[in-house]
Amino acid sequence: MSEELTGAEITIRCLQEEDVECIFGYPGGAVLFIYDELFKQDKVKHILVRHEQAAVHAADGYARSSQKVGVALVTSGPGVTNAVTGIATAYMDSIPLVVISGQVPTNAIGLDAFQEVDTVGITRPCVKHNLLVSDVNELATTIKKAFYIAATGRPGPVLVDIPKDVTQQKIVFEYPEKLSMRSYNPVIRGNSKQIKKAVDLILSAKRPVVYSGGGVILSDAAKLLTDLTRMLGFPCTNTLMGLGGFPATDKHFVGMLGMHGTYEANMAMQYCDVLIAVGARFDDRVIGNPKHFSNENRKIIHIDIDPSSISKRVKVDIPIVGNVPDVLKELTKLLKQRQDEMDEKALDEWWKQIDLWRERDCLKFNRESDIIKPQLVVEKLYDVTKGEAFVTSDVGQHQMWAAQFYKFDKPRRWINSGGLGTMGFGLPAAMGVMFANPKSKVACITGEASIQMCIQELSTCKQYRLPIKIVNLNNRYMGMVRQWQEFFHGNRYAESYMDALPDFIKLAESYGHVGIRVERPEDVEGALQEAFKLKDQLVFLDFITDQTENVFPMVPGGKGLSEMILV
Amino acid sequence: MENEAGALSRVAGLFSARGYNIESLSVAPTEDATLSRMTLVTSGSDEVIEQVTKQLNKLIEVVKVIDLSDGNHIERELMLVKVRAVGADRDEIKRLVDIFRGCIIDVTDKSYTIELTGTSSKLDAFIGAVDSSTVLETVRTGASGIGRGDWTLKV
Repeated sequence: MSEELTGAEITIRCLQEEDVECIFGYPGGAVLFIYDELFKQDKVKHILVRHEQAAVHAADGYARSSQKVGVALVTSGPGVTNAVTGIATAYMDSIPLVVISGQVPTNAIGLDAFQEVDTVGITRPCVKHNLLVSDVNELATTIKKAFYIAATGRPGPVLVDIPKDVTQQKIVFEYPEKLSMRSYNPVIRGNSKQIKKAVDLILSAKRPVVYSGGGVILSDAAKLLTDLTRMLGFPCTNTLMGLGGFPATDKHFVGMLGMHGTYEANMAMQYCDVLIAVGARFDDRVIGNPKHFSNENRKIIHIDIDPSSISKRVKVDIPIVGNVPDVLKELTKLLKQRQDEMDEKALDEWWKQIDLWRERDCLKFNRESDIIKPQLVVEKLYDVTKGEAFVTSDVGQHQMWAAQFYKFDKPRRWINSGGLGTMGFGLPAAMGVMFANPKSKVACITGEASIQMCIQELSTCKQYRLPIKIVNLNNRYMGMVRQWQEFFHGNRYAESYMDALPDFIKLAESYGHVGIRVERPEDVEGALQEAFKLKDQLVFLDFITDQTENVFPMVPGGKGLSEMILV
Repeated sequence: MENEAGALSRVAGLFSARGYNIESLSVAPTEDATLSRMTLVTSGSDEVIEQVTKQLNKLIEVVKVIDLSDGNHIERELMLVKVRAVGADRDEIKRLVDIFRGCIIDVTDKSYTIELTGTSSKLDAFIGAVDSSTVLETVRTGASGIGRGDWTLKV
């Protein structure tokens, strides 16, 4: 066991110790020794992307659709700067990633060497933590730390920067079994006193709402949340990041809330008297204007593992810091014993009010249209895949329609960049999903603007034969930009028109994929069926959709949740 | 916080990224060489200070955060001031330094260099008391703070 290994060998051994099955990366000068070691083994599979941004998005999609930490490997300098968008995307959505970056040799750091950037400095504001390994003796512990920090507490991306000389130096390898860090001890159990207070408040509720976010998905608490909500009979709304945390087909589900949330969800949020926020953070796209939100009297219980998420934008009454599943278990246990204390009559009245709001039918669209309505495509995708697909998306109108019309019943099926809003995320994320769930149906709902931001990954999909179905809602506009310009900028469509689009069918074909263009509403379902029948092929479905369609409801920026623009 | 490279920039970066202001910041290793102690002076509403505390706690290298102004504490800052001291000013400045319980630590025929320790407001008061036209240069360390009495901040 006293055999000496190089830093590069140690890096790979650490990945093996962490049971990493596949990593996404792109080679370059500073990581050549690491790639050499990758070559010599077959436990850790390396997926070669076409751009480092895609490597991180793919690792991100892999992590979101599984319970594992995603891993990306990039070289120094431009390798890292390209990866930054991916890292920031993962950071905003609290996705556990370990990004390993090469660095110039230690004796060249600070001398403006070729392909040198201050990686730790550049990534500092968009990582949970980052570490420069300046001594090979620290390497194994540092990688262990990176995985530990990424996956525990509120998850997030951790970057490990390894100078080239460190990958060459030899020492005896030993992987630490345990880590103890005096400055990092995430809270697990919630404060029992606070939980008891929450129980009292929940039992006193007349107009309750459960508002659940991405934290429920990340902590694998979907089942606990669903059981608890059903037991209480409370209405539940999910954030964009929380879709699938509570089944969308359940009668207690009132839809997504927020800027493009349903009328009933937003009204219920605004006018509830007890709000149970679980793994969510009251962000600007969710509650709109916080002042307007606070105009209504309601008591708020907020369960979150990150204390800094609590009382950040909205003052809460009962904060419970803890791991969501642990807190929910304790809550459920206590509530079960006192279920008879609930105000069933008030709850019935509340449901009647919600049903009235539901009658507003806020997601209606013209089903008789001769031009393809984007909503229809998502609906048909849901039907054709029987709601079982993993759906990734890019950012914009198509993302909102996907969130509104694909009814996610299971967690980790809806993969999108919610916090950072990164166009170009969808396709590489779908690649990651494919590697984590090889036998599953994977669709990428995108638009003709977003898809072009990482279109080069069609090549990666060819190399690894990834049968992703790309659902391109092609309206020849940057749709969401156009919508804002229509509503708030006097119909001046500044630079939001996508002129000179490629022929996506030919483009897909040139990469060796299948392309299908769909121009009539009656062909939508058939095309989707055909695409999913091609089990081993990536199919690029180019739906020519209505250019003027807008996403409704909409809470304009700075407005209150109940001040929606409705169709 | 951990006495590690980059820890300081993480704190400074957090303040600039989130729009908090740093009035002063002083940091040095402690008797335990693996630890550094930082005293940071900031201002804001209770909500902002709560967020600042939480955000600082979130930094991996930060071991413990306390708000010294929550309880009794002692605060000191060191200032070095170089003033023009000629003619009658020499005696006047010397008297002023004595009143503020500072000391003159360097002398030339044209200037004094004064060392003064105290709360930040005492140092401000001294600067206010000397004729501003005589002040040639000042350098201040920023406040360092410690709890009063037997109470200690231990890791």
